[in-house]
Amino acid sequence: MSMVQLLQTNAQAAPAKPRPRVRLLPYLLSLPALLVCVAILVPFVTAAVYSLQRYRLNLPYLRGFIGAGNYIDFLSDPAFWNTFRISITYTAVTVVLELLLGLGIALLLRRPTRFHNAVSIMLLLPLMTAPAIAALMWKLMTNPSFGILSYLVGLFGVTDFKWASDPSSALFTVVLVDVWVYTPFIMILLLAGLRSLPRQPFEAAALDGVPASFVFFRITLPMLAPYIITASLFRLLDSIQQFDIIYAMTQGGPGDRLMVFQVQAYLEFFQYTNVGRSAALLMILWLITNILSNIFIKNWLRLRARAHGHA
Amino acid sequence: MEHSSLAGRIFRGVALTLILIFFMFPIVWIFLMSFQTNEQILRIPPRILFEPTFANYEALISGQLRTAAGNLQISFMRNLFNSVVLSSAAVLLALLLGVPAAYAFARFKFRLGESIAFTLLSFRFAPPLLVLLPLSLYYQELGLNDTYFGIVWVYQLIALPLILWIVRGYFEDISPDIEHAYRLAGHSWREAFTRIAVPLAGPGIAAAGLLSFIFCWNNFVFALILASADKQPVTVGALAFVTASGIQYGQIAAAIVLSVTPTLLLALYAQRYLVEGLSLGAVKG
Repeated sequence: MSMVQLLQTNAQAAPAKPRPRVRLLPYLLSLPALLVCVAILVPFVTAAVYSLQRYRLNLPYLRGFIGAGNYIDFLSDPAFWNTFRISITYTAVTVVLELLLGLGIALLLRRPTRFHNAVSIMLLLPLMTAPAIAALMWKLMTNPSFGILSYLVGLFGVTDFKWASDPSSALFTVVLVDVWVYTPFIMILLLAGLRSLPRQPFEAAALDGVPASFVFFRITLPMLAPYIITASLFRLLDSIQQFDIIYAMTQGGPGDRLMVFQVQAYLEFFQYTNVGRSAALLMILWLITNILSNIFIKNWLRLRARAHGHA
Repeated sequence: MEHSSLAGRIFRGVALTLILIFFMFPIVWIFLMSFQTNEQILRIPPRILFEPTFANYEALISGQLRTAAGNLQISFMRNLFNSVVLSSAAVLLALLLGVPAAYAFARFKFRLGESIAFTLLSFRFAPPLLVLLPLSLYYQELGLNDTYFGIVWVYQLIALPLILWIVRGYFEDISPDIEHAYRLAGHSWREAFTRIAVPLAGPGIAAAGLLSFIFCWNNFVFALILASADKQPVTVGALAFVTASGIQYGQIAAAIVLSVTPTLLLALYAQRYLVEGLSLGAVKG
């Protein structure tokens, strides 16, 4: 089609332009997504209502509105504070370890050589393993009778190390699995960030003979900061809600040693059939994640705008 | 950056070797284990060289597990089949619903669009049990907990936000001028959408689709709570399998290998898209 024809059709089409259909169109297109939103919001509101009720599946006749009763009970409940403490510990330890390790690996793989790219692709594999299955893999490797890791620590004179089944090493073991699965996530985001940094500051520093530590702390880290913040918040939000690894490994045990928020909520619901308590626990977790995710979304939008070239 | 000393190079070499061992060893070890008999697995010290056996895979495929207590029927292949059906159906549905919506969000600025996009994004980070537990009560009433549809529907919570945000980014990067010119030539918006916008955003749509397939496949908690026994995917099936088969470690290892192989192969195939997908398109790698 020539330019002239194009202009002609333009002239013909012009009068019919403000069609009402166009204004309706975006709403029609987003209708299914809206439906999914509603499908999320209905159970969410239901959960919020349950959390204000005395609601036990095994005692349906006791069901009734008790206001903040479930929440107030938590304040004086050592089991709740145990859950709170373990969730926070688990989150803090995994995020810090994964951040340090992920940053270290990203720095090692920074130059885009063929070997470095091959390594970064191989490191994707743990991340693409289902976390619940990853926990099973480590369970096989830490089996006290034949597990390869039990055997290896035995070579170093540590006999009778019980990994996830001993209260003193259970947290260490699940943290190890979490680090194995999710460190590559941080590594990949930071590697992409590192490689997208402008070259000039580094070249200038090299010309001036600036020491490497100065370059790292004064140039690399500040420029990488938005990526580090986004990646850590991503992990923070997932880690405080960890369920799969812990449930598949020990179901929150031994005892209540690994009782994190979602595992306790699951057990409250299915084992003790206490819907109200379970819902209240999840609402508290939601409040925490909601505050974190608002910070996250702001950061992420800024990063996204920069990546799409309209910062 | 290039002035690395000998000591620096040795340090890098050692560090990278240790990293590779830590991250690769579990996968390699479980893979080797899946070709061993129980006697070989229980041997101390463990050996890397052994006579491989396919008995574990044969037992899984036939569904007949030999245990100390006799023969046990376990349909692990059924779980594998369920994973394929559930993940593929969920991604297809999410693409069908999500790509037009992503287009609308990218091309038309309207308040409802932004609200939907942000609601979905903020629920990506909400505790899944908060939605799943009330939903499990609804599902029991509606009779949905025994259907593929019920699970495919909740998998939209995983797949749809991912597709919306990644594909939206791709549509935003395509200049609307091309579509305008095409529209001015007398074509409908639908033709502009299917013939211009979708093909141009093709790589993004493929990336989002593959990544949501992997995430649906790897999901555990949705099906744990909502799926009845014969609709469970491999993640839940493998856990039940461990409980049922007890000490048949070779078979457990084989079940693990079968569960992770599809996603690992997809990940290797689609690795160059994964970076963007993982960060919801925030980092253009």
